[in-house]
Amino acid sequence: MDYDLEIKHAPDEGGHFGKYGGRFAAETLMQPLKEIEDAFFEAWADPAFHVERLDLLKNYVGRMTPLYHAKQLTHAVGGAQIYLKREDLNHTGAHKVNNTIGQALLARRMGKKKVIAETGAGQHGVATATVAAMFNMQCDIYMGKEDIRRQAPNVFRMKLLGANVIAVDSGTGTLKDAVNEALRVWVASCEDTYYIFGTAAGPHPFPLMVRQFHTVIGQEARKQCLEQAGRLPDVAVACVGGGSNAMGLLHPLWDDESVKLVAVEAGGHGLETGEHAASLAKGQPGIIHGSLSYVLDDEEGQISADAHSISAGLDYPGVGPELAHMMDVGRLDLDSATDDEALEAFEMLTKAEGIIPALESSHALAAGIRIASSMKPEEIVLINLSGRGDKDLNTVMDKFGFDVGAKDE
Amino acid sequence: MSNQLSHVFARCTKENRAALVGYLTAGDPSIATSEQLICALAEQVDIIEIGMPFSDPAADGPVIQAASERALQAGTKIKDVFLIAQKVRQLKPEIGIVLMGYANVPYTMGFEVFAKQARDSGVDGVLLVDIPAEESGICAKIFQTHGLSQIMLLAPTSTEQRIALAASIAQGFIYYVSLAGITGAEMGEVKGIQDKLSLIRQYTKLPICVGFGVKTPAQAESIATFADGVVVGSHFVSQITSNIDDDDAMLCALTSSASAMVQAMKW
Ligand SMILES: Cc1ncc(COP(=O)(O)O)c(C=O)c1O
Repeated sequence: MDYDLEIKHAPDEGGHFGKYGGRFAAETLMQPLKEIEDAFFEAWADPAFHVERLDLLKNYVGRMTPLYHAKQLTHAVGGAQIYLKREDLNHTGAHKVNNTIGQALLARRMGKKKVIAETGAGQHGVATATVAAMFNMQCDIYMGKEDIRRQAPNVFRMKLLGANVIAVDSGTGTLKDAVNEALRVWVASCEDTYYIFGTAAGPHPFPLMVRQFHTVIGQEARKQCLEQAGRLPDVAVACVGGGSNAMGLLHPLWDDESVKLVAVEAGGHGLETGEHAASLAKGQPGIIHGSLSYVLDDEEGQISADAHSISAGLDYPGVGPELAHMMDVGRLDLDSATDDEALEAFEMLTKAEGIIPALESSHALAAGIRIASSMKPEEIVLINLSGRGDKDLNTVMDKFGFDVGAKDE
Repeated sequence: MSNQLSHVFARCTKENRAALVGYLTAGDPSIATSEQLICALAEQVDIIEIGMPFSDPAADGPVIQAASERALQAGTKIKDVFLIAQKVRQLKPEIGIVLMGYANVPYTMGFEVFAKQARDSGVDGVLLVDIPAEESGICAKIFQTHGLSQIMLLAPTSTEQRIALAASIAQGFIYYVSLAGITGAEMGEVKGIQDKLSLIRQYTKLPICVGFGVKTPAQAESIATFADGVVVGSHFVSQITSNIDDDDAMLCALTSSASAMVQAMKW
């Protein structure tokens, strides 16, 4: 497929999307970030960069991913036609690899021998460890202690792939603390080390760059939807942790004014409980991890320790700045799904279609199903199935009280 | 009250010595003890840097991270930081007082309210680690209006272009980070620091203080020969850490390590 390489809705020179974004980083990191920015723009303008990137996306990752008309699910829901963008079928099992391929190519171009990354659910860690193995780069992954416990299978995968997984015990021991630690390490090692940031947040140029590497999702889905259904979707839905899969799906549809764009945040135990990760819905503008965006924090500006989601990949008290901007200008609708709603959607898709979704993606499904149920059969809801659920089986087994029944005689 | 920072450096220049800048995190290990410790340190240093605790101190090493966590655990609020600053100001009218921390705390409070309360508490300058020159527009005017100096960081990775940019907006003094790393790491090599300072001086007449990794009186002494000030942070904070169960021993360790620095920096 021919991808559109034009950078649309670009931020200003300082990386600001409206009033959000920017580069709120320590002086020590300003030059390394500038070097990444320069390398990114130079690479993006170089056709050879895209030839290699798109070849890897095709032959290594397995793009383009299918757009699947989920007829059984549609029937069970009884509303709009539900189409699933199958990012779960990417190599490594989630959308994250679109970005790690791009950034690893950039790291190599910049002559870096080593990559580091933070990870929450472990999907970005696995995607980073994977490309590091392929490019023969040394790889350290920073992961919160709590997340290591929740996502054991992914920890093992990263180790198998040759990465060091470094447990982060500070703060709440989750994704935000892993980012802090990776930043600390990067400050002292940026000479030979590239930091592969995993979502469309952080200091400029990460929000822009990560978005660009993921727009393959929305560009493909748009074309596939036109081919299969003869029209664009009425609603496009994606879950939001930091915003990479959401920007990937939604950004290429920004200018299609008829398409409603919906970002689904993690409702955790419920938006009214304070134990959720709905930064856009319940947070306020703030500065964390290098950019100005919506943040879950208290009136003193301390970042919330109560951010919670059953899915480690959504359990983040910040959100990408461009999503905040899209919300402010009225181009983004907000929705959320609780832990329980996500589990219900997880089970529903598994039973109806034989597809086991990631718990993150189950949030998009839950909201997408709810939205579709009140729409007409001739309408279309496009849902980003950002990843597969294998990594979550332990969590889900616990929740469902499932016993494999292999007791000793 | 006028901004003390320029007076401090003028005084030190007259005495032919570099200024000693001491850092402690407000509220560490408890609000009351921290007030005592900071006031005690203020007796010995020329400029006191009071850390505003933050939940996500991404530019700090383990020592100051732990200090921040202890302070928040102890329930430290921004109002407590201001109260400590007021105490120091009453005690030492001629000292320089700088608040150091991360942008989200004053941003959330509102820079206007923050600046007013800081100034009313006798604060002279503010150093926000994650507000580089490019983003300083978010607070520069407000700080200026309230007579607060915006202190800018420069680092080994700062290019000449960045030095020029930071120099054009910095006030009070320039804080040169001696190494490309986080607080508490090993100090950079002296020759490299000296060369970078000469370069920075081509762009600014402001005093330059050097910090990050200064742990021994000998290091302070060698930096004092070419810098206008020496910042000691993690080393002072670690006096708290190593005497965490004994407030008296803590105070004692802090004052003796501070006087060792003062002695070393005398000509
Ligand atoms: C499958 C999957 N979907 C979504 C996310 C959320 O991240 P983002 O908002 O960057 O897409 C993650 C993060 O780990 C993930 O693994």
